[in-house]
Amino acid sequence: MPDPKLQVRGLDARYGDFQALFGVSMRVTEGEVVAVIGANGAGKSTLLKCIAGAMAVRHNAIMFHGVPIGGGPAHEVVSRGIALVPEGRRLFPSLTVEENLLVGGQLGRKGPWNLKRVYELFPVLEERRNQPAPSLSGGQQQMAAIGRALMSNPTLLLCDEISLGLAPIVIRDIYARIPAIVAEGLSLVIVEQDIVQALKTARHVYCLQEGRVALQGEAKTLTREKISAAYFGV
Amino acid sequence: MEWLNTILQGILLGGLYAMFAAGLSLIFGVMRLVNIAHGDLIVLAAYIALVTVQALGINPILSLVLVVPVMAAIGYGLQRGLLNRTLGDDLLPPLLVTFGLSVIIQNGLLELFTADSVKLDAGTVEIESIAVGGGLAIGVLPLIQFALAVAVIAGLQWLFYRTALGRAFRATSDDQPVAQLMGLNNAHVFGLAMALSLAIVAVAGVLLAVRANFDPAIGPARLIFGFEAVIIGGLGSMWGTLAGGIILGVAQAIGAQLDPGWNLLAGHIAFLVVLALRPEGLFPKVDRMS
Repeated sequence: MPDPKLQVRGLDARYGDFQALFGVSMRVTEGEVVAVIGANGAGKSTLLKCIAGAMAVRHNAIMFHGVPIGGGPAHEVVSRGIALVPEGRRLFPSLTVEENLLVGGQLGRKGPWNLKRVYELFPVLEERRNQPAPSLSGGQQQMAAIGRALMSNPTLLLCDEISLGLAPIVIRDIYARIPAIVAEGLSLVIVEQDIVQALKTARHVYCLQEGRVALQGEAKTLTREKISAAYFGV
Repeated sequence: MEWLNTILQGILLGGLYAMFAAGLSLIFGVMRLVNIAHGDLIVLAAYIALVTVQALGINPILSLVLVVPVMAAIGYGLQRGLLNRTLGDDLLPPLLVTFGLSVIIQNGLLELFTADSVKLDAGTVEIESIAVGGGLAIGVLPLIQFALAVAVIAGLQWLFYRTALGRAFRATSDDQPVAQLMGLNNAHVFGLAMALSLAIVAVAGVLLAVRANFDPAIGPARLIFGFEAVIIGGLGSMWGTLAGGIILGVAQAIGAQLDPGWNLLAGHIAFLVVLALRPEGLFPKVDRMS
């Protein structure tokens, strides 16, 4: 088995008195696409936030290239090469599209991604580069959010619910670009409500239920029955 | 002609008020911090300039070269060492801490420099003036002050909308957690914002000290003028802040012309009228849909 790029081991996370994750473990290898699925409130977004360094967790619960990064700070985790596309896009509303991308790239990490490459991936962003971010459609905002994360030249990209609130045709359009992104040599973790899309995109799938890993395995070995059982806990 | 002169003097004074306001609105915009000690920091800058001028025997305007970086360094240290710890979901802690800071600065200055009022002497430039015809004359010093104020506002505008630091300020202001995820260290960004704010305070403090007498107790009134200029102009707009300062300055000048006792009252009334009729200010930044 190849050395994992990202190793999460026994991760607990809490919001005040509420515990959101219980002993979650997962691994992501170089160049792999991993999907995390589960019902609302299962802890998927929390897991991504923990990996991105935005939550206070045990330092060695999250190892990136063998280095403990649990608990952040988030701005240092980015400089190590982990970028998060946050749930709900969260573009900076008072910045233009291009300024949003530039903020994503302000650390100056070396790598294949720059303004030109992001515009090649999502040509519509170049047409709208000087418009305020909130004036974009939902799908375009999602592209800008992905582009903004890519601008930091991550080697591990975390995408939180990129299909949320988008029309199916737009979702297909965005997912169609995923292979081109992965081809640049990064690993990808997607959190997805759309199970069909998740199984189609990822090689390995984790299913969370009430903060615990209820099921995991190769995407092609997981049956619909197994997933529903893990999803709903019935 | 007398009225034209009054208005002209008010406009020139407004530049100074705009500078009081610019630093205040900058840090409120970036980190939602209301700095009650802002006025006292202006006075602190004036005293630092006084010490510099006395020690080196240089012109007060030249002392800016020293006072600006010193105040900026104080700002960065203050933010990282103290004020960052007060920031959070609650607006009250920074309010209380800066209020305490205000008391400390006032009393510290009182101990060091006594309550006697002092003034910086800028030399002959203080009494020079340019005749603009019709018996009107503009003082060279007020003109320099106004030009500096416009330059500071224009510089801020450029910095906010044309530089990477300005982008970082705006991104952090929009969404702190996401800015952090993009690799911006909020603690550092806030430190830089306070450093910039106090650099502007330094300019304002030196100009104030050259213009009129000052003593350790005049800070809070400068804070009020700054607040009023920000509110009149509309939050988030640099040129609006300049306009706010000018309106406040003109109102005070007109009040003083009618009756010397109405100077401050007229300014406050102008502020209250704007607050009642246009609570968002005269030139609020266009609120893009979010």
